[in-house]
Amino acid sequence: MIENWKREARRPMDARSRYLRSLVIDALEGGGRGHVGSTLSLIEIVRVLYDDVLRVRPDDPAWPDRDRFILSKGHGCLALYAVLADKGFFPVEALKEQCRPGAMLGGHPQRGHTPGVEASTGALGHGLALGVGMALAARLQRRPSRTFVVMGDGELDEGSVWEAAMAASKHRLDNLVALVDYNKLQSYGSVAEVLDLEPLADKWRSFGFAVAEVDGHDVNGLRNRLTALPFESGRPSMLICHTVKGKGLDFAEGQALWHHKARIEAPDVARMRQALETAR
Amino acid sequence: MRQTALAMVHELARRDPRVLFIGSDLSPGVLKGMKEEMPERFFMEGVSEAYVIGMAAGMAMDGFIPYINTIATFLTRRCLEQICIDACLENLPLRLIASGGGLVYAPLGPTHLATDDIALLRPLPNMAIVAPSDAEEMRRLMEASLTWDGPLYIRLGKGGDPVVSRADAGFAIGRAILMRPANRVLIVSTGVMTSRALAAADLLDTIGCGVLHMHTIKPLDTEGLLTAAAGAELVVTLEEHTRIGGLGSAVVEALSDAGCLKPVLRLGLPDRFPEGYGSQDHLLELAGLQPPQVADAIHKALNR
Repeated sequence: MIENWKREARRPMDARSRYLRSLVIDALEGGGRGHVGSTLSLIEIVRVLYDDVLRVRPDDPAWPDRDRFILSKGHGCLALYAVLADKGFFPVEALKEQCRPGAMLGGHPQRGHTPGVEASTGALGHGLALGVGMALAARLQRRPSRTFVVMGDGELDEGSVWEAAMAASKHRLDNLVALVDYNKLQSYGSVAEVLDLEPLADKWRSFGFAVAEVDGHDVNGLRNRLTALPFESGRPSMLICHTVKGKGLDFAEGQALWHHKARIEAPDVARMRQALETAR
Repeated sequence: MRQTALAMVHELARRDPRVLFIGSDLSPGVLKGMKEEMPERFFMEGVSEAYVIGMAAGMAMDGFIPYINTIATFLTRRCLEQICIDACLENLPLRLIASGGGLVYAPLGPTHLATDDIALLRPLPNMAIVAPSDAEEMRRLMEASLTWDGPLYIRLGKGGDPVVSRADAGFAIGRAILMRPANRVLIVSTGVMTSRALAAADLLDTIGCGVLHMHTIKPLDTEGLLTAAAGAELVVTLEEHTRIGGLGSAVVEALSDAGCLKPVLRLGLPDRFPEGYGSQDHLLELAGLQPPQVADAIHKALNR
């Protein structure tokens, strides 16, 4: 099944996905570092959420009725930054300053520091619990806000994720949507080897979620799923997004070594830009 | 003290729609009245402390003031990262009501003895830490808690602790209360140890022993400390907590930072897990923290 998802991901990459990745490369170049693979698997998920799903106002980031988006796998923040900049939450030029002294953008998202960032994440296993709290708050305050939480697959190793999952189901939070960027690789290596998550969809179902699966790089597929929410009334939704780590850079795809790079230099950047031109 | 704290949560919730109660898996019937009166603001979330802190933080981000209650050790050791990142980094108004501070759960053994809670939380920016002396002071603290800006850790005693606080002394988070002015010696104490500090001071009547009740360990009332200690030749700290990182450490740091270099006798628990069970009083005696032992230690320090 995992192989099937991989094959479906091999469709031509459209101009917008390519552009957002070029912004990520700008940020990698500017900061000279970053989580490359973990960011590139996320691009289409974050893109579709902000283009077609989330009710947010870039000129009024604190609008009370907005939908909340939590990037629980905070290390993928360059994908979020690229989309937030593109949407006008802050100037695109800020991307080139990431991680520099005094920058607006750090190596993990920080609430209150970067416009549009709803939660400070990076320590894994926090986002879903925060999302449960936000979804409960929306219910109590009778707001239409929905809460979206994107987690990494490696992040699901954290027990706190499953504590929050039980609670989301107990509270019947159908205004909560969890997503997993299931790129099958964590820092050390394959998820299947480090700590196997399968059968992942069954796990979430058994925790009370309405579960769907999608090719996480298929923009139309993501859009179709995420514009028909909740998946089931009275239950939290879980969308398992099958993705490719490093998507768009052929030399980085599926390579655990490209999870994070602490030193990115000019030749690396040139190689990335070249690879992106022919990305599929 | 715990009953007062929880009853006050209900009272505050009646007054302010932002107030919530969140328990982990507490005794049957806890805050039954509140649950019946306002079920939507009463949460019993299960044995899942890391999640509880995150969930409470998520609600606080949208304007709620969550009062969370569970056993102190689980509330601090188990979910320290959630407290640090979700509550302190965001400076959110979580109120952590910690049952069984110190040696309260003596019969239950080291898993339940919160002898390091203050040291665990004190380095976290934005965190305030308060240990009231008795139920009456708890009531005053809970009143003050509603408007405190940021996370607040409330350390509970055993319950039925003797009332030594006085209403006329008032109460403000971060402002120490001088219970008795110092002559040669000033004892700085917190929580239920203040009643023992007063008893020890009675035994030291001839040498003039003052007592400063430092109910707020963070932010520490440095000014109140320096003023109270000004004439004393010896400062003594007394706490039901490891000597590492708690009240004694905070007092020594504050005196040192202020350039006030006078002898400090730090009385607290030794750097080892408490042995045996018994009662809170029994373990305090083993650690040499009962009033006659405190008085002896002060005598020895003065004659050193």
